[in-house]
Amino acid sequence: MSALAQRLAGFLHQPGFQAAVPVLILLLIGFFGPLVLVAVFSFMPARSFKLDGGPTLENYRFAFEQSYYLSLLRSFAFAAGTVAVLALVCYPVALGMAKLFGRYAGVLTLVMVLPLFVSENVRLFGWVLFLLKGGGVLAGAAKAVFGIELADMLYSNSATLMGLAYVYLPFMLFPMVLGLSMVSRDVVEAASDLGASRWQIMREIELPLALPGLLIGGLLTFVLSLGSLTESKVLGGSKVIMIAADIESAFTYGQNWPLGSALSVLLLVLAGGLVLVVLSKLNLDAILKRR
Amino acid sequence: MDIIAKPLARRLIAVWTACLIAFLYIPIVCVFLVSFHKGRYFSFPFDDFTFDWYGKAFSSLQTQELFLISLKVAGVVTAISVVLALFGGLAFARFNWRGRTIFQHLLLLPIFFPQAVLGLALLIWLTYLGVLPSWQTAVFAHLVWIAPIATLVVSIQVYGYDAAQEEAAYDLGATRLQVLREITLPALSPGLVSGGLFAFLLSWGNFPLSFFTTGADSTVPEWLYTRMVAGYTPMVPTMGALIVVGAAAVLVAGYIFIVWRRRPIGG
Repeated sequence: MSALAQRLAGFLHQPGFQAAVPVLILLLIGFFGPLVLVAVFSFMPARSFKLDGGPTLENYRFAFEQSYYLSLLRSFAFAAGTVAVLALVCYPVALGMAKLFGRYAGVLTLVMVLPLFVSENVRLFGWVLFLLKGGGVLAGAAKAVFGIELADMLYSNSATLMGLAYVYLPFMLFPMVLGLSMVSRDVVEAASDLGASRWQIMREIELPLALPGLLIGGLLTFVLSLGSLTESKVLGGSKVIMIAADIESAFTYGQNWPLGSALSVLLLVLAGGLVLVVLSKLNLDAILKRR
Repeated sequence: MDIIAKPLARRLIAVWTACLIAFLYIPIVCVFLVSFHKGRYFSFPFDDFTFDWYGKAFSSLQTQELFLISLKVAGVVTAISVVLALFGGLAFARFNWRGRTIFQHLLLLPIFFPQAVLGLALLIWLTYLGVLPSWQTAVFAHLVWIAPIATLVVSIQVYGYDAAQEEAAYDLGATRLQVLREITLPALSPGLVSGGLFAFLLSWGNFPLSFFTTGADSTVPEWLYTRMVAGYTPMVPTMGALIVVGAAAVLVAGYIFIVWRRRPIGG
């Protein structure tokens, strides 16, 4: 047996590898397989359903000529906006959960996790009912109580942004709490005793020490809202079209797999690159063990 | 001296947190509120409260079918996820092996992945392989996203698990199966229950993966979406409320189970 074969056999006999096999098989046939297929299809001639055409870049050219890149840019803008809004909204709450609420933090966590288990569709539909023009809960209440007519709020960019921020809020909040709870009280006290202001403490101690949590939260929020579909469809209506909606219509109504594949690849390469860069900087053992 | 010294700052944080919680629950409350509205076209405020739509939902064969499919998918996903997560969690956190860091990162990829795109990629994959989409393929699609999450949940428990107990059992002559049944499983059971709860609830409410992979079958979240986009009926808020009640029931049952399991061991 050659040295290489011996090393391979040694690798395969590790108990850890053997325990990982079932999940790895699932990922192989359910995740990497489909992704490779989509990647290959993106180089096939338009509207083909088989992989026998010659490799071509025509789908990518088409994507840029037909202003699909606008949806891609719009999705990036929405994703960046969602991260920015959530960072500002969640930071004080995360600080409170990590350092202030003490024994209530557990209950509060539960209260904030629960909506996550309610189907996204139900919650988005609830926002439609709330924001609906004329007879919606908000407009109806404003009219009945104050006698004022509210302007239409649904089917706009701001409604979509709010929907995204709403749905992905826990994905930002909880990693942030995890990150901020890694900041030791002693370090903050020491800085404070040495005369640091609240702003200095935040900028020079809290943010750097909590960075792993903040990065994970920001990354999750960014990637998930980048590829989101229902938020813009339900709250943005036909006015707000994001890249996932373009991909969907290329695959389904358009019956143009290569175009849908090319758009997916563009989205995934940009998002995946970001994920890999950030993940490679994190030590997962250290983050998860803290709990 | 505390991290947040000023009482005003503390109070502001508390108020802001309360606002955020209200924000999280506004749409859910709206759905429940509207589900009691009698009229065909919704307009707030209203005074004609009724339970009619609930009665219709329970007696309709179509809605029973929808709930049955959702339940089947979530049940099978839970069972398979727990098994995969047990071994996956051991590989993630218990064993020190070459390739573990890569495995940890690979496992996170499906979680950090836009679900709608994953659903579409799976649709193309299944169609290309000639598999007819049905509720079974939806189970497979859910697993790709949910099994890694369940594995993470179990891993957190595994990190706190003392593997020396296993060594001791082996030294006393226990077989591999005995160690698994008598040592590993009982020690990890709270993590497995939480992992199973996550799996069930995430599958029960999932839309983007189901939408592209169930074929002719339909789950409740899918039905809600198609009715929201076109063909609204007053049944939509009722079904929405029912799916929330279902999730809450499972959550409460799981919570009670965890508390009940902890009691005899913890004393």
